[in-house]
Amino acid sequence: MSVAKPLPHDAARLHVTGTARYLDDIPTPTGCLSLAFGLSDVARGTITATNLNAVRAAPGVVAVITADDLPGANDVSPSVHDEPMLADGEVHYLGQPLFLVVAESHLAARKAARLGKVVITPQDPILTIDQALEEDSRFEGGPVIWTKGDIEAAFRTAPKSVEGTIEIGGQEHFYLEGQVALAIPGEDGDLLIHSSTQHPTEAQHKVAEALGTPMHSVRVETRRMGGGFGGKESQGNALAVACAVAAAQTGRPCKMRYDRDDDMTITGKRHDFRIKYRAGYGAGGRLLAVEFTQYARCGWSQDLSLPVADRAMLHADNAYDLPAVRIESHRLKTNTQSATAFRGFGGPQGMVGIERVMDHIAHDLGRDPLEVRRVNFYDDAIGEGGASGADGSGEKSDDVVPEPAKLGWRERRKAKKAAVAPAVTTEPAVQTTPYGMAVEDCVVNEIVADLAGTAQYDARRKEIAEWNAKSPILKRGIALTPVKFGISFTLTHLNQAGALVHVYTDGSVHLNHGGTEMGQGLFQKVAQVAADRFGIPIEMVKITATDTAKVPNTSATAASSGTDLNGMAVKAACDEIRDRIADCLADLHQAQPSDVWFEDGHVQVAGNRLTFAAAAGIAYENRVSLSATGFYKTPKVEWDRVAGKGRPFLYFAYGAAISEVVIDTLTGENRILRADILHDAGAPLNPAIDLGQVEGGYVQGAGWLTTEELVWDDKGKLTTHAPSTYKIPAASDRPEVFNVALWEKGLNRENTIFRSKAVGEPPLMLGISVLMALSDAVATGGKTYPALNAPATSEQVMNAIIRVRSE
Amino acid sequence: MGRVEYWGEHGMSDLHKISVTINGEAIRASVPARLNLVDFIRTEAGLTGSHVGCEHGVCGACTIEVDGAMVRGCLMLAVQADGATVTTVEGFADSDFGPALQEAFQNNHALQCGYCTPGMLASALEYLRGVRSSATGPDRAAIRDHISGNYCRCTGYQSIVNAIAEVATSKAEGKS
Repeated sequence: MSVAKPLPHDAARLHVTGTARYLDDIPTPTGCLSLAFGLSDVARGTITATNLNAVRAAPGVVAVITADDLPGANDVSPSVHDEPMLADGEVHYLGQPLFLVVAESHLAARKAARLGKVVITPQDPILTIDQALEEDSRFEGGPVIWTKGDIEAAFRTAPKSVEGTIEIGGQEHFYLEGQVALAIPGEDGDLLIHSSTQHPTEAQHKVAEALGTPMHSVRVETRRMGGGFGGKESQGNALAVACAVAAAQTGRPCKMRYDRDDDMTITGKRHDFRIKYRAGYGAGGRLLAVEFTQYARCGWSQDLSLPVADRAMLHADNAYDLPAVRIESHRLKTNTQSATAFRGFGGPQGMVGIERVMDHIAHDLGRDPLEVRRVNFYDDAIGEGGASGADGSGEKSDDVVPEPAKLGWRERRKAKKAAVAPAVTTEPAVQTTPYGMAVEDCVVNEIVADLAGTAQYDARRKEIAEWNAKSPILKRGIALTPVKFGISFTLTHLNQAGALVHVYTDGSVHLNHGGTEMGQGLFQKVAQVAADRFGIPIEMVKITATDTAKVPNTSATAASSGTDLNGMAVKAACDEIRDRIADCLADLHQAQPSDVWFEDGHVQVAGNRLTFAAAAGIAYENRVSLSATGFYKTPKVEWDRVAGKGRPFLYFAYGAAISEVVIDTLTGENRILRADILHDAGAPLNPAIDLGQVEGGYVQGAGWLTTEELVWDDKGKLTTHAPSTYKIPAASDRPEVFNVALWEKGLNRENTIFRSKAVGEPPLMLGISVLMALSDAVATGGKTYPALNAPATSEQVMNAIIRVRSE
Repeated sequence: MGRVEYWGEHGMSDLHKISVTINGEAIRASVPARLNLVDFIRTEAGLTGSHVGCEHGVCGACTIEVDGAMVRGCLMLAVQADGATVTTVEGFADSDFGPALQEAFQNNHALQCGYCTPGMLASALEYLRGVRSSATGPDRAAIRDHISGNYCRCTGYQSIVNAIAEVATSKAEGKS
């Protein structure tokens, strides 16, 4: 059994010896040209004159391409064809590509790109949320609104309420390997594109459109990326298309690699959000009504902003049962980089909104925020289809919640259940999300109880309060936040995957599927599935580059779905071949196919034990095909995004984190002292790889909410366009004490690949606990609620400290 | 990947003769004055294990060993390496703690996308050479501090610190 083993990453040996080949390491064919974009230095305006003579005359320049020179579609959008690769008359953001330089070397292209004279009549750019609202600059007309329950009635009867606003900054992906592509022309107009992309099929599609050729003439290959995080879902299109266009025009191979500053200036980032909230609740902290207004700054083109903003709405509940809720979402169009996919895809912003509400209510009540969170959690599921604590109405009562710390959660839930249990047994009503999906798999209560126990939350909270009382300058804070994250693409048809598997006569296996490897360990996890199905050692399985010629029409490796989708498709392909071999051997040995066993590198049939290679050889000699495709589509999902109703997700992934921080109240400087994490990866396919996702996700999420600050000046220039000014977490920033575990009780109730759960995005949102712990520390300084914005840089923490002291 | 093609924009008059030993192999070349050492290593020497991340000395992906010191390959010019002995990730297997670190990084899952790994290994090597044996076990705070100039966007660093601490422990126990 290779499944469930903590095997190293498939390329670990190559990485430590420097022999893993990234795109920029591929030896380029003779005569390969290099490309660079000339960029706009204004954020909004109309191009009135273009003089590129100096660019053309620069040393080493072979060609200069403008929008007018393009042979086909001038578009690199993943959605609505609103994203010209090269500006066509209008300029929409500072850093927008205006023209393309094709030169003999990378440096020559970059130097020449600076020589272009493009005259742009500037207009006042729309940069901020306020400016966009004022100009009514938005996508999708008006806001999208989803509601559940009678919110106004609930507000009228709610004993207490809070309201407020939180600003949530965006995030640069900072994949260590920048965007890069290479196009190699073949015969008859064919093109081979190497692209550092999470979505080879889309690169193929965009290249075909740009050249006006059929997709069958374009092959896109991706062996690995040096990090992706969503930043290579659509943002690689421009480079792939540029290389294709230049290669088609010159007949020579063309390569394009963004310099880091260009990369950060040109490409989209995580959406920054402003979330306004109003919440009505009972004296025990039970939510009765919540209203969110989410403003998403989407940048200049639509890109993936609609599904991102949808997912923010879909996670406005996080792990909490909201009896009455109204969510209003504004998708604002601004003259900035086109905000794009980033690990969590809007989910993190939505979750920050409700966690902020929890924090605010707890402050208002003077209670431990964890108590308020627990009062509002969805009920845990028990057995098939049932839910613990279901009382017939599916509602939680506010008035039966005992005083905090007197009872454990199990007792409290039991007490509550007893207090409101109906006299007659009725069908337990499963709680539903604001979008009407039944929450059938909740485990958040149990995970939180397990984590709070092992990490000694209550004792530490008490100790921290005592320590703070004696510490006038430094203040510590602690917070536990949960994660419930929906797994599946919300665009339902994307939930499909294909695989191609060959077995050779020596028993070795060639494995291919539509997923891409960006470091997350997908290839190894899927190879473990293949090895398991054939009962062979993992070394017998060759993992091969993602290739649009092998598996067509794939979805992006995104939405945490890579293993769920491709693992199942590979399983289907392997099982097909295995069944054929079994049929063949059973026939030869007058046995039943079900009596043929594949294990330990051998095949057993009717008392005979053959090596897998021998079995493959026999099948071949009996003219049995040893190659198969596999296909998978996620069951059960259906979603009406306009109405905001349905079941967009097959299941939810859960987790919880406790962060402890310290702040300096004189400077706002802060540190994460300790983090404790428990995360549900279901029954993990590879616990070591999954643990790495959890650790890395938490640190990336914490970085987003603390040090990673994007700053645009009033002209629309991104001033944090390199790591010298944009601060991602270093080893010294991670918590000194970092206890991370996968939840031992994890098991997916849905029929996923070996009952595992997706683990790519969910852990990022564990980092929200850091923001809430900082809020807890700041709150010690006075009576006013800190209303801490994100990222909670030293400056923001200082602002919050001043706010807290103000009244 | 010929030299003239790659350096065409510099003009031949700008070239300087250097000789440098990389991973035990002596290389003589004529290079433009402003060519970064890491670009020289990747293109002229064909050793692509050293990666280019930010190209201004912050991310640490291009960290390599030059005459016993760890340097950023993007902040040193090829001409400055004239006469120097350079070791890159491709040569770490022949260095003192290289094999142990390579093993520990694999076994501790101290990499995901792997792009930072060569530079991270270089900084880890430097740490291990400088660290004194300690009866109290590896100093994890010192390890974190030492590798804080090498960005990793994937792992959260926990597994990397574990890997380095494991080799430091072996060193303290006299195993490597």
